[in-house]
Amino acid sequence: MSNLVSDKLNMIFSSPKGEVIHALKDISFTLKQGELLTVLGPSGCGKTTLLNIIAGFLRPTDGKIILGETEINGPGVERGMVFQQGALFEWLTVSENVNFGLRMRKENKIETERKVEEWLAIVGLQGFGNTPTYQLSGGMQQRVALARCLINNPDLILMDEPLGALDALTREKMQSLVLKIWKETGKTIILITHSVEEALLLGERLYVMAPRPGRIHKEYQLPFASMGLEGDLRDIKNNKEFVSKREEILTMIWDMEEEIMGKEI
Amino acid sequence: MITGLITIVLILGLLSSIVYGRKLVKTEKVDAVFGNPERANGGYHWVVAGSCSILLLWLYFSWDIARSFYPNSANELCQVAKVKESVLGINYIFPIEERTLKSTAFIERETKNINNLKSEIEKSALLDQDKNKFIYFLNETELLIISLSDENNLDLKSQNKIDSIANKILKLTEDFQKISYPPKRNEEQERKALNLLKNQTGWGATGMEIPPYPETKRGLKFEAVSKEMNVIVEEFFQIKNENSAFIKKSVKIKEQINNYKDALQDTQEIEQQYLRQISKIYGRVTRSNIFPSNTLDSVQKSVVEFDRVQKKEQGSLKIIDTFLFPTGTIVASASGETCSEQGTGRWLPKPTDTLRIFLHLLKPSEGYKNFPMLWYEMMGVNQIVAFIIPDWVADILPGKYPVHNSDGKVKPNFKKTILDIATGEFKAFSIPIPSGHIWDSFLRVFIGLALGVIAGVPLGLFMGLSRFAKGYFDPVIELYRPVPPLAWAPLIITVFGIDNSGKIFLLFMVSFAIMIVSARAGASGTQLSKIHAAHSLGASKWQILRQVIFPNSLPEILTGIRVAIGVCWGTLVAAEFLAGTTGIGFVENVARKYMQYEHIWITIFVMGMLGMFFDLAMRWIIKKTIPWRGKG
Repeated sequence: MSNLVSDKLNMIFSSPKGEVIHALKDISFTLKQGELLTVLGPSGCGKTTLLNIIAGFLRPTDGKIILGETEINGPGVERGMVFQQGALFEWLTVSENVNFGLRMRKENKIETERKVEEWLAIVGLQGFGNTPTYQLSGGMQQRVALARCLINNPDLILMDEPLGALDALTREKMQSLVLKIWKETGKTIILITHSVEEALLLGERLYVMAPRPGRIHKEYQLPFASMGLEGDLRDIKNNKEFVSKREEILTMIWDMEEEIMGKEI
Repeated sequence: MITGLITIVLILGLLSSIVYGRKLVKTEKVDAVFGNPERANGGYHWVVAGSCSILLLWLYFSWDIARSFYPNSANELCQVAKVKESVLGINYIFPIEERTLKSTAFIERETKNINNLKSEIEKSALLDQDKNKFIYFLNETELLIISLSDENNLDLKSQNKIDSIANKILKLTEDFQKISYPPKRNEEQERKALNLLKNQTGWGATGMEIPPYPETKRGLKFEAVSKEMNVIVEEFFQIKNENSAFIKKSVKIKEQINNYKDALQDTQEIEQQYLRQISKIYGRVTRSNIFPSNTLDSVQKSVVEFDRVQKKEQGSLKIIDTFLFPTGTIVASASGETCSEQGTGRWLPKPTDTLRIFLHLLKPSEGYKNFPMLWYEMMGVNQIVAFIIPDWVADILPGKYPVHNSDGKVKPNFKKTILDIATGEFKAFSIPIPSGHIWDSFLRVFIGLALGVIAGVPLGLFMGLSRFAKGYFDPVIELYRPVPPLAWAPLIITVFGIDNSGKIFLLFMVSFAIMIVSARAGASGTQLSKIHAAHSLGASKWQILRQVIFPNSLPEILTGIRVAIGVCWGTLVAAEFLAGTTGIGFVENVARKYMQYEHIWITIFVMGMLGMFFDLAMRWIIKKTIPWRGKG
C-alpha cells in the first residue's frame, strides 16, 4: 500500500526584503491509495506550494512527506503532474508529447507506441497522434497532458488547477474524464482547484485551506464523486446536500478573503 | 532605344496598376472598414506600381530618359553651355545674375575698407605725423576712385571701344537669328570637323563624357556663336578706364608711398604693417578697372538682348533641358573644350550603363582588380584537406619523425605520412571551388556567423541556466558587446592580418555576443511548468536541456541569428573598406577612390540583394523549424 503521509509540513519563504511568509504550517494528513483529494482555498493559501512539495519541486522547510515507504526528495516518475496550462512541449506532436516520459527512459519502442495509442483512446484523442500540439484547443491540450502523465503509470497524480483555463462545457466533460480515469485506474489523485463546485464534485475528500499561515482549515468526506461515476454530474449539482455544502464552503472562503483584505487595508 | 521602350512599358505599368487599383476599391467588401487589417491583403498591383515608380525615378533622375529619347540633346546642350560659358565673364560685370554692378560693389567694399583702416590708424599708438601721412595716402586713394567714377574723365578712345563692343554683340545677336548662320565652312575646315566627329563617341560611352563637338545644325550654330562671343569678350576685357589724370595721380601716390617706405627703419614694424595694408588697397583700386556707372549701359543692353535671343534660339532644347534634365544640366568647362553632367545625372548612374558595367564585371575574365565577382576556380583536394586538417594532428601522434639514415635517405613512417596529408603534400584531383569578391564576402559572413553560433548558443544557454556562468562570463561579454564592432576592427585587423582571419574573427565576435544574448534570453524564458513537467516525466538534466530548454529557446536563437546576419553583413563591408584585397566592400572602396559611380551603385545593389537573400533564407528556416512560435 503506498499511502501518502504528510507529517507536520512547514514551508517558510523569506523574501529578499526580509519579509517572512509562512506559506504552510504544520500540514499533516494521510491519503490512502486510491483516494481522490481535492484542495480548495483562497489564493495565497499555499495550495500550489503544497502540491510542489509533494511533486518534489520544493523542499519543505520542516517536516516530511512520505509516499509508500520512501520520503519524497525531488521529482520522480511515480508522481505525475498535470499543470493548469498543460505545459505541453509545443515543438512536439501529440504522440511525442504523450510518450515523452517513456522516450526519456528509453523504453521499448513498440511497447511505447501501443501504450500511446491506448492512452490517446482513453482521453478521446484517437487519430490526433501526429497533430502538432499548438493546433489543439485548450481542452484537447489538457487531455494530452493527462495522457502524458498517466502513461508513466504513476502512483500518485497531482493536478494543479488542470481545468481552470477551460470553458464551462469543456470543463464539465473533462470532469467526467477525470472521474472515469480515477475509477478505471484506481490511482491516488490530488486535485487543486479554485472552483467550489469542482472540488465538491470530484473530491472524495476535500480540504479547505486557509491562508496566513497556510493550513488545513476544514476537512470533508464527500459522496458526490462516487455518485458522479454512475449518474449525471448536472443532477448532482442540484442535489440538496450539494447545494448546502456549496453555500457553506463559499461562505467560509468569502470570510477568509474578507479577513485578508481587512488585513491588507 | 531599349531604354525608351522600357520607359514606355514602365509608364504603362504604373498607369494600369493605378487604374486597376481604383477599380478594385469599388468592388471592395462593404464590411472592410478603415483600420481592418484585411484591407492590407493582396495588392500585388501596387507592387507593380511601386517597382515601376522607383525604376522611372531612377531613369528620370539619372537622365537616362533624356538620353534614350533625345540622344543628341546632351551634345546640343553642350554647345549651349559653351555659349553660356562665353558670356559668363561679361554677365558678371552687370547686375544680371549679381545684385549690383561690379564696379558699384567694388567701390562699396573698398570704401568700407578705407574707412575701417582710417579709424584704426586714428586709434593706434602711432606718432601724429605718421598718422597724418597714412590718412593722406588713404584719402588720395579714395580720390582715385572718384576720378574713375566721373563720366567726364572717361577718354573718348575708351568710350568708342565700348560702343564698338556693344555693336559687335548686337551684330552677333542678329546673325544668330539668321537661317544662313553660321557661314559655310571651307573645305579644309569641313574636313577637320568631320575628322573630329569621326572619333567622337556617344553620350555616356566612356563613362560620363559628353561628346563636345557639335553634331547637329543647331549645335553648329551655337558653337559658332560661342567662338565669336569669346573673341568679343576677350576684346572687351582689354578695355581699361585709364585717363591721363588718373595715371598721373596714381603714379604720384605710388611714389610717395614708396618714399615713405624707404625712410622707415626695420624696427618700425607697426608702421610697416599699416603701410602694407595701404599698399594693398591702393593696388586693388588701380587694378579695379572701375567704369562710370552709365558708361557700360550699351554693352549691358546688348548682352541682355543676346541672352534673350540665345534662349529663344534654343527652342525645343530648352524644354528638354527643363523637363528631362532635372536638378542640373550639361555644363561646359572654362576652356569651352569639354562638357560634363552637373547634377543627379552625374552621381546617379544611368541604368543602362550600370547594367552594362555590371555585366562586364560579372565576366570572369574581367572582374574587378583582376578578380572575378563570382566564379569558380579549380582547387586540388590536397589543398582543401591541408586547409581543414591542422598540422599539429601529426605532431601529437606517438613516435618521431623519420631521420635520414647513413645512405642519406629518408624513409617515411606513419607519422610522416599523416604530416604529408595534413600539409597537403600528396597528389589529388581538383574540384571546382567558388571564388570571387561576392563569394569571399559571403564566406566570411558565413564562417564568422557559424563560429559565433556554435560557440555562442551553448554558452548562452549555460549562462541562462547557471548562476556561476552568468556571473563569471557576464563582465567580459557585457564589456566588449556594447563597443561598436568597427571600433574593434583596426585592432583586430592589425593583430590577425588584413586577410580572411581578421575579418572572420571580427564577425565571430559580433555574432558571438548576439547569440549569447539571445540564447540566454531563450533559456531563461523557458516556462517553469515545462521544466517541472519534464522532471516529473523522468527526464535527466541533459535530456531537459536537449529536449526542453533548447527547443524552447529556438525561436530566440533563430531571431538572434537573423539579427546577427544583418550586423555581420554591415560590419564586414566596413571592415573590407578598411583593409583587404577582395570582397564587395573592397570593390566599393576602390570604386569610390576612382569616382566610379556605377561601380559604387552596383556594389550597393549586390549588398542589398545578398542581405535580402540571407534574410529570406532565415525567414524560410524560421517558418520550417519553429512553426509553433507565437501560437503556444
